[in-house]
Amino acid sequence: MTEHMQPLEAIQDIKKMMERSSRFISLSGLSGVSAGICALIGVWFAYQWIYKYYIRYEERGGYDALDFTKLTWNLIGLAIVIFAGAILSALYFTWRKARRNKLPIWDHTSRKLIINLCIPIVAGGIFVFGMLHYSEWRFITPVCLIFYGLALVNASKYTLSDIRYVGLIEITLGLINMWWIGYGLYFWAAGFGILHIVYGTLMWWKYDRS
Amino acid sequence: MKNPIENLNKAFDSRIRMGVMSTLMVNNQINFNDLKQMLGVTDGNLASHLTNLEENGFIKVHKGFIGRKTNTTYSITKAGEKSFKEHIEALEAIIKGVK
Repeated sequence: MTEHMQPLEAIQDIKKMMERSSRFISLSGLSGVSAGICALIGVWFAYQWIYKYYIRYEERGGYDALDFTKLTWNLIGLAIVIFAGAILSALYFTWRKARRNKLPIWDHTSRKLIINLCIPIVAGGIFVFGMLHYSEWRFITPVCLIFYGLALVNASKYTLSDIRYVGLIEITLGLINMWWIGYGLYFWAAGFGILHIVYGTLMWWKYDRS
Repeated sequence: MKNPIENLNKAFDSRIRMGVMSTLMVNNQINFNDLKQMLGVTDGNLASHLTNLEENGFIKVHKGFIGRKTNTTYSITKAGEKSFKEHIEALEAIIKGVK
């Protein structure tokens, strides 16, 4: 059976197929917003815990290894929970958008996107654990921001190209943070919280609003 | 002046064959199941269109294995790329002519 198409329709179809088969276009702006909110919740808890740690530090009048270890493990646990929450909520909104547009969520475009996103993230994650192993905590936020930014730049070839700019801003924030050690939590809130929310809102406005 | 309709390639008339070619233009290699999912067609239907494109020399078939399962992937040939580009140009020429 041969369907004869009008030239204009054919060209539009070709463009759509090329776009759809090479990039994962269902990434939702709300995914960015939800991930950003998760990050801000995480920062709030971390801030409270660190603040209380320093109050205890003052009361005691010195360093206590046990208390410090407890704080460290609490923060690592918090990071894992927040990271999982951010990913799950981001997946939910993207899954919802894909379903609404009747597009598959798991196909070769999403596979490529995830693999390319994961290469820098996994490398960065292992690097951060290595730093913790040597009790080097000062550069954790810069390293997280830089590796995450590199992951976004890398992944931008396989999804909405806009995330490239987010990646570049994350890298810049990470590099500035190198000279502002001690303000890690603020940079964390800016890079993983506010930037995600701003970007997510813009993307929602640009692509998803209907 | 030559009518641009003459430059349209009959082989890309079908929506499915056009979809396969568009997909292969932007992907180095893609396997049968991904193509099927992307185009939303049945096995038999896709297979016959792929055979047609292969016989015309527009696509190359690579047969491989993942474990014990066969994994057939497809890629575009130089001739296929050239013909498809000409087809797109012809379509564009027609649209311009109408305006």
